[in-house]
Amino acid sequence: MRRRPGLIADYQSDAAVFRSNVSRFWFAVMLVAVVVLGLGGTLPLIPGLVDFGLSGGLMLIAVSAVFASIGAIGLNIVTGFAGQVSLGHAFFLGVGAFTGAVLGGTEVTRQVLDLSTGQFAEKTLVVGYNLDLIIWLPAAGLMAALVGLIVAPVAFRLRGLYLAFVTLGLVFIGDHLFREATSLTGGVGVGRESGVPSLFGFRFDESGEVFGIYLSKPQRLFFLGLALLLVMGLVAKNLARSRVGRALAAIRDRDIAAEMMGIPLARYKMIAFVVSSFYAGVAGALLYSAIGRLEPGSFNLLLSIEFIAMVLIGGVATVSGSIMGAVFITFLPRLVKWLAGFWLFGFISESPAGGFITLAQMEQILFGGLIVAFLIFEPLGLYGIWIRVRNYWKAWPFSY
Amino acid sequence: MTQFLQALVNGVSLAAIYALIALGFVIIYKSTQVLNFAQPALLLLGAYWVLYFATVWGWRFEIALLLGVVLASITGIIVERTTLRPMVGKPVFAVAILTIGLNTVITIFALDLMGVEIRQMGDPWRLQFLTFGGINIAYRQVAAIVTVVLLVGLLLAFFKYSRMGLAMRATAFDQEVALTQGISVSTVFALSWAIAAVLALFGGVFLGSGVGLDRSAAVSALKALPVVVIGGLDSIAGALVGAVIVAISEMLAATYQPQYAAFLGNGFSQLVPYLVMFVVLLVKPYGLFGTKEIERV
Repeated sequence: MRRRPGLIADYQSDAAVFRSNVSRFWFAVMLVAVVVLGLGGTLPLIPGLVDFGLSGGLMLIAVSAVFASIGAIGLNIVTGFAGQVSLGHAFFLGVGAFTGAVLGGTEVTRQVLDLSTGQFAEKTLVVGYNLDLIIWLPAAGLMAALVGLIVAPVAFRLRGLYLAFVTLGLVFIGDHLFREATSLTGGVGVGRESGVPSLFGFRFDESGEVFGIYLSKPQRLFFLGLALLLVMGLVAKNLARSRVGRALAAIRDRDIAAEMMGIPLARYKMIAFVVSSFYAGVAGALLYSAIGRLEPGSFNLLLSIEFIAMVLIGGVATVSGSIMGAVFITFLPRLVKWLAGFWLFGFISESPAGGFITLAQMEQILFGGLIVAFLIFEPLGLYGIWIRVRNYWKAWPFSY
Repeated sequence: MTQFLQALVNGVSLAAIYALIALGFVIIYKSTQVLNFAQPALLLLGAYWVLYFATVWGWRFEIALLLGVVLASITGIIVERTTLRPMVGKPVFAVAILTIGLNTVITIFALDLMGVEIRQMGDPWRLQFLTFGGINIAYRQVAAIVTVVLLVGLLLAFFKYSRMGLAMRATAFDQEVALTQGISVSTVFALSWAIAAVLALFGGVFLGSGVGLDRSAAVSALKALPVVVIGGLDSIAGALVGAVIVAISEMLAATYQPQYAAFLGNGFSQLVPYLVMFVVLLVKPYGLFGTKEIERV
């Protein structure tokens, strides 16, 4: 008998990362496709005929999308897998971003006239240690995880909605801290340079040749992000299918029942929180190191909602869904801009002042609207749509 | 001493505003089990209508207020009908997130109507105040407190004596049983959203009266969340007590923190509601007056 990939008869194959060779094959195909997309302009696939690459601005957005995917996976661990609503993701992103910036960024000093002595003295405006990526990236994750660990005790005393409130409060407290710690963050409206992505002297933020292939700055960052996303996505996937993941799923589905079965609630909720914060920290540090600058005002509730939208639109409790959601949400502004070009959407104005609705506003309306629409019509998100489409074609032409 | 009393007076009038917004939360939560994060948006939109009729069209403030109330309740009903009704029976968390999405959409819409500058409400109180033993009491503060006392009294009487109020209490107690008793639960849902929207409108009007309304009102409205959490999500008394606690501690912090604890930074008083919420939740996870959930496996 031919092997039936849809038939799952034992736990081992149920928990496998790839259920069949077919899915393994398609994963490889997709990976190759993404790499080709990243190499793009540099790789003359069909010389002079097709340019497969994501060029210029699109490439930069793709970089953000890849880094945001890591953050979305992090949020999905706590909100999707463990079912604990966290509105405080922006805070953890911020902690990671500023840790990365302090450790990996450069110090800014200014000559200040000391009135008592009449001499000019060096005054440090922003602290920075110029460390390597290999140090500041894990440190950013660990710092966020540590903060998560501190917050977790509050979190596992609470359930459901009360937890949402506490994490909401966290965003406001974080916002205040970031604004006030000016020697670390540069202060509101000013900001500071973020961590320099240089690994053992190899700069990811500069263009140049690697193994004879010319890679631009966004391309280098893209491949850095892709490698990290692969690793961290795999870790999350493995976490989800291990003992921890099953415990988290049990807590999500019914926490009291889980406790009755002997799952220590406090410990597993803490694990979920800490791991999620770690992902957020890494993602935050990377996101802003790609942009180059960061400012304390940007880690607000809106950023949290953006990540919630990624998780909800992508697909709750799936790693691939988080990535889909992150890519979709990151490309959304671009999509809106493109839509604004049509006469039908003429009410969207490109300038911040004119028209009925500006691009930025349309974007936020779409966030909100998409969250509402997906929750009502497709709670499984893009992942759910993908599964439906796949199942339809599986049995085609007899798909009724 | 004057400073302390002044802070107290300001705190009580702020408490009145928080109480209005928080009551909306509690009423919606009690009757529909929906946590309404869209309350700040309803506040902005409601207050905008009042200021539009009062200043742009130049009508009397009372008429503008009345018209605003009508429009706000219609908004509440439309929002409930279109976005919340399909979510009946879905997980509480999903519905809560949905209201966040809703909040974003309505807020953008309201802010776009409002523009970037501070808009005067066209209220009769302006910035007039009376001085009483060295303490300044603004007319609008008095108006806010009086309105809250009146509205809360009206609401409580409505819940206690009217047929519809009884229906609402029954629905809050047990939705399915209420249905079997012939209560139109959908009317109850619509009505509670309408009431919440109107309460939010009043909150917005008093936030904007005198000093004018701008986009920061949404941030102030969000502080009603700590209020309901401190009081307990499903307790009307809790909302009132929570409002007093939050507003007075915020005002005391605003008065004394710059003098005695300047290292905490500017605008620290904005944080106080959230810090109080943390402390209360650590001690009492269901708030001061909230019912402890008892669940069966």
